[in-house]
Amino acid sequence: MKNQILYTLQLADNALIYGHRLSEWCGHGPVLEQDIALTNISLDFLGQARGFYQHAANLFNALPQADKQGMFLSVTLEEKINKGENIDEDDLAYLRDGWDFRNLLITEQPNGDWATTIARAFYIDIFNHLYYTRLQKSSDLQLAAIAEKSLKEVTYHKRWSSEWVIRLGDGTEESHAKMQTALNDLWPFTGEMFRMTDIEKEMASNKAGVDAAALYNDWKQQVTTIADEATMQLPDSTWMQEGGKDGRHSEHLGYILAELQFIQRAYPGMEW
Amino acid sequence: MTVRDFQQAFDEKIDREIAIEPRDWMPDNYRKTLIRQISQHAHSEIVGMLPEGNWITRAPSLRRKAVLLAKVQDEAGHGLYLYSAAETLGITRDEMYEQLHTGKAKYSSIFNYPTTSWADMGAIGWLVDGAAIMNQVALCRTSYGPYARAMVRICKEESFHQRQGYEILLQMSKGTEIQRKMVQESINRWWWPSLMMFGPSDDNSPNTEQSMRWRVKRFTNDELRQRFVDVTVEQCNILGMKLPDPALKWNEERGHYDFGEINWEEFWNVVNGNGPCNKERLDARTKAWEDGQWVRDAALAYSEKRKERSKKETKAA
Repeated sequence: MKNQILYTLQLADNALIYGHRLSEWCGHGPVLEQDIALTNISLDFLGQARGFYQHAANLFNALPQADKQGMFLSVTLEEKINKGENIDEDDLAYLRDGWDFRNLLITEQPNGDWATTIARAFYIDIFNHLYYTRLQKSSDLQLAAIAEKSLKEVTYHKRWSSEWVIRLGDGTEESHAKMQTALNDLWPFTGEMFRMTDIEKEMASNKAGVDAAALYNDWKQQVTTIADEATMQLPDSTWMQEGGKDGRHSEHLGYILAELQFIQRAYPGMEW
Repeated sequence: MTVRDFQQAFDEKIDREIAIEPRDWMPDNYRKTLIRQISQHAHSEIVGMLPEGNWITRAPSLRRKAVLLAKVQDEAGHGLYLYSAAETLGITRDEMYEQLHTGKAKYSSIFNYPTTSWADMGAIGWLVDGAAIMNQVALCRTSYGPYARAMVRICKEESFHQRQGYEILLQMSKGTEIQRKMVQESINRWWWPSLMMFGPSDDNSPNTEQSMRWRVKRFTNDELRQRFVDVTVEQCNILGMKLPDPALKWNEERGHYDFGEINWEEFWNVVNGNGPCNKERLDARTKAWEDGQWVRDAALAYSEKRKERSKKETKAA
């Protein structure tokens, strides 16, 4: 059960942190229509995050009190748990610190310019599409339901970011160069998507989770097809960054959380 | 037909409340007035995304965050409808942006005030959107068809936003003492600028008379302002808060609330660029536009390449 909660939190954290990054674009996009598109995508991820957090909170609240203690490093959250109170989606999003977050490093990378945002989206969206397609068949019916509900959005995300990779790659000389740089810079963050933690392995073996490692070939093939059409070269380097899934993050996450959690931290225990 | 006949036909339509459509003849000044007003309105939606956008990453709960994001997205959508309505009058979106960035076109001054606390997300929804609705409901029957139709769609969403904003404040006012304090502090800052949103008083509003005649405007600035004060006082009482105006008092004889004098010096200062955030807002818009130039260039270059390729393919076939 504990691993099921941590696995669900990993999915939730990915969606929340990535959605947060995308929401930073709101009001600053290069074209009004794209401002709207990005905000929409950001909302999709926020919706997914809420679904996963609610599920994680329900699973957690159903645990015997003794099993609840010590699952999180957050002092504020532990206090609440020790008092015997139930936790909810907001407690999980707003009261945990970085080492309790399990999101992929790629999701917390800064937006950079439009090409960077597109490259990050491109790698993530193709992965998500494969992942959610499998997750629909999860033996955890809640996870399956969230995946099924999200798949339509995720399909649109994939089309949106792929089209932009092609447009920028095959656009002007300047956009071509920027797109290539962005694809190169984010490449080392893609390996982590397919590297399975022990929790993921356990979840995959009992059919509740997805075997992410098995998605690699499909992902690589789809990414390559689009990159070819975009006249882009994918890097051959195989050295990859990792740590997010185990709570070891880049410096960026701390600032994201400082902002995200500001009100709940400055004015604790209030209803908004 | 002579210009005079055209003018007569136009006047008759206005009098009989028949909408003016893009292909109809219209006086140059009518066209100019509408371009000015609609583009100003569109710019207000786009610039208006910034003060609320300021709290998206800091919203206090996931639900509030989703609602706020969706709201700011709606504003972008409103901007889009309005730019399209203005384009039917023979100006392009790029030209309108140009006017915004060079300071030639104005936008609602209210967005030149900073959002410094979460309660501002409530106060903006309640007061700023509330004031906007007063104006906009009247515009749903404005004489220019595309503008009126855009306003009908916008009004529906705006009243939803206003309820959401009020609900933020209601929730906070039922909360802790510090939350109530936050609400009151926010109302104190937003009340007077909200009243200023209706524009100069009638005796100082140079465009009102002609706009009323053309039925572009349906009520004067002061009429709408009074209506706003009357409904807002009651809503404020339900929150258990105070509006920051010692002169505010029910006037039995008029059947309206009396209220204090607006600080017109502040009003004109903010209009003329000296508000707390005028520079930041315009800089943010200009930066987004300039940073996006290479993206728009790439999109254009790509679509031209595609056209070129499909032409070749058609030829080959």
